[in-house]
Amino acid sequence: MATTKFIDISFSKIESDRMRLNVGPQHPSTHGVLRLEVELDGEVVTNVIPHIGYLHRCFEKIAENMNYQQVIPYVDRMDYISSMNNELPYVMAVEKLLGIKVPEKVEYIRVIMAELNRIANHQIAVATFGLDAGAFTPFLYLFRDREYILWIFEKATGGRLLFNYFWIGGLANDVYPTFKEDVLNIVKQVRKTNKEIEELLIYNKIFIDRTANIGILPADVAINYGCSGPVLRGSGVKFDLRKDEPYSIYDRFDFDIPIGTGEVGTVGDCWDRNIVRMREMEQSCRIIEQAIAQMPESGDVQSAIPKKIRPPKGEIYFRAENPKGELGFYIISDGKDKPYRVKGRAPSFVNLSVLPEISKGYLFADLIVILGSIDIVLGEIDR
Amino acid sequence: MGILNRLDNPYEVGGIILGTLEDILNWGRSKSDWYLHFGLACCAIEFMSMNASHFDFMRFGIIPRATPRQADFIMITGTVTLKMAERIKVLWEQMAEPKYCISVGSCANSGGPYWQYGYHVLKGVDRIIPVHVYVPGCPPRPEAMEEGMMKLQKMIDQQAIFRKRQKLAEEEKLFALQNKG
Amino acid sequence: MTFEEIYKVIKEKFGDYVGELVNNPPSDAFVEVSAEKLFDICLELRDNPELDFDYLMCLSGVDLPENLQVVYHLYSMRKKHKFVLKVTVPKENPKVPSIERIWRSADWHEREAYDLFGVIFEGHHNLIRILLPYDWEGYPLRKDYKEPETYHGMKVPY
Repeated sequence: MATTKFIDISFSKIESDRMRLNVGPQHPSTHGVLRLEVELDGEVVTNVIPHIGYLHRCFEKIAENMNYQQVIPYVDRMDYISSMNNELPYVMAVEKLLGIKVPEKVEYIRVIMAELNRIANHQIAVATFGLDAGAFTPFLYLFRDREYILWIFEKATGGRLLFNYFWIGGLANDVYPTFKEDVLNIVKQVRKTNKEIEELLIYNKIFIDRTANIGILPADVAINYGCSGPVLRGSGVKFDLRKDEPYSIYDRFDFDIPIGTGEVGTVGDCWDRNIVRMREMEQSCRIIEQAIAQMPESGDVQSAIPKKIRPPKGEIYFRAENPKGELGFYIISDGKDKPYRVKGRAPSFVNLSVLPEISKGYLFADLIVILGSIDIVLGEIDR
Repeated sequence: MGILNRLDNPYEVGGIILGTLEDILNWGRSKSDWYLHFGLACCAIEFMSMNASHFDFMRFGIIPRATPRQADFIMITGTVTLKMAERIKVLWEQMAEPKYCISVGSCANSGGPYWQYGYHVLKGVDRIIPVHVYVPGCPPRPEAMEEGMMKLQKMIDQQAIFRKRQKLAEEEKLFALQNKG
Repeated sequence: MTFEEIYKVIKEKFGDYVGELVNNPPSDAFVEVSAEKLFDICLELRDNPELDFDYLMCLSGVDLPENLQVVYHLYSMRKKHKFVLKVTVPKENPKVPSIERIWRSADWHEREAYDLFGVIFEGHHNLIRILLPYDWEGYPLRKDYKEPETYHGMKVPY
């Protein structure tokens, strides 16, 4: 077993009183395989260079060799924490190219599943953010609640984490008979736990000292860097694709857009991004209740699925509001049954590029908290 | 718990067990295996669920260690890419003997859904490090991962300690033979 | 503003460097521009108060049979309108001016397009590979790419 040597490049020429520290691909606090090259002056961070690509799984090349329907499992695996939200913009983009209109029941089930997955994602985001700051108990409470949501997904679709449930023109199968009661029970449980988490973690003085006034991201910098999702809304910009460019049936529901207001610190700090995620869970609960009340009882979820999926020549860019930000799919079709080019514009790819900008001048322990507040997942950064 | 069951044996009275030293040592080793904190992709999220309160991995006596020097085994959860493979090899070499590897998920077993057109995916982590247990699934259920852990525990219970050098030489020969291609 | 109105403003200012508007619903409409004036066109799109494009949604490379193409999707947060630009360059000399000084989100997107297609963005402060290892050879997303047999001693094909 010979020792390996890997080719690696370090970028900055550092001055003699600075230290270069490698927060390597295997590390408990990087959310996945991310390598940060940190230049330190004592404990103070002076520069951060993220190195990515340790999970590059060639999604775009594979998508050119598969049918439109066969790409859906690969799209799932981009943001593996909230898979249904990944499938939604891809499936809607291809349906728009084909000109299909899906039945009402399918739209409602899609919205309910997407919002449940948004809650599941924010539960992991808040849990791991608490872990980064040193709190272990919220991790256990939130993962217990996430189990209840995953049981509903397992009963409805067969999978706990990766589903392949949204198909082009419909769904893979209908939901089970007691779906509505289960979902309403979940909503009650989520609201109860969120109240506990607010007392335990969010308004805890130690947590506020660790996260307020850290990693401040001004609004115009966020827009220029292309940030989206809670990172953008935490800086005070009221922009949500579900309200500003409504897709699917989101215009039928009544919900608010929480933004960061600098409640315990400055606008755009880590605490603001976290409270946006907590409040979005509440808004998702509202959307789910309205959708359950309006959902039609009968309807065939597979009636609009076309036999052959062969979109006409053309291209489309469709974007949707993922829990982490704006996920966009740019699909070029040349008339065959395999796409010519599929590009996934991942929210975490763009959000991570703002990390060097907002972490200069803070302590090294704060850098880990800032990274946790951006909420990245390496599967969609590297695709 | 093979050793402790023997206390119910009517022929071994007074809390005295007769057995080999290897049994006792292996019992201690397999019931307090510490793993290296290592998660790559989707299977790592199921791994995190397994550590949470519903499936409770820690009741096996297993805790996470952040440094490879103190870890007993590594669970490769997720897709191994070529860029990451070299780092995994370095981590494996840093771990101290006796060490084990569990390969979790189809991506780590043999490339997973990326086997055909993935130019940057290593088709199976057993191309670079020796694997002791394979857990199939995409992603496997947390119960499946716990079963893989129990298989590893059974394997450790039957491992030789005192004729270790011969056993190691045999293992190395087998590994080289399998990976000639 | 609609797509046609934005196109008229740009066409008046830059004349021949801006191509024709191609619009076939349900496909998106797009405009092809020449690579030399790309930086000035993008600066105009961002700084003109009527157009006000402050958000670069996506920057992608495309491998056409004879050329390489870079596609820009722009959006305005305040005016809420979109625009799509395309730049085509030959494969032998794929040089495109970099717009990372206009929208900072173009930084990593251009590095990715260089990494996967080989499009060289002039004026970029740090144009190196981002997703693949730093000593990888070849540009994988081109249609004529063959995956290597081994990389650092590891066998790549199944």
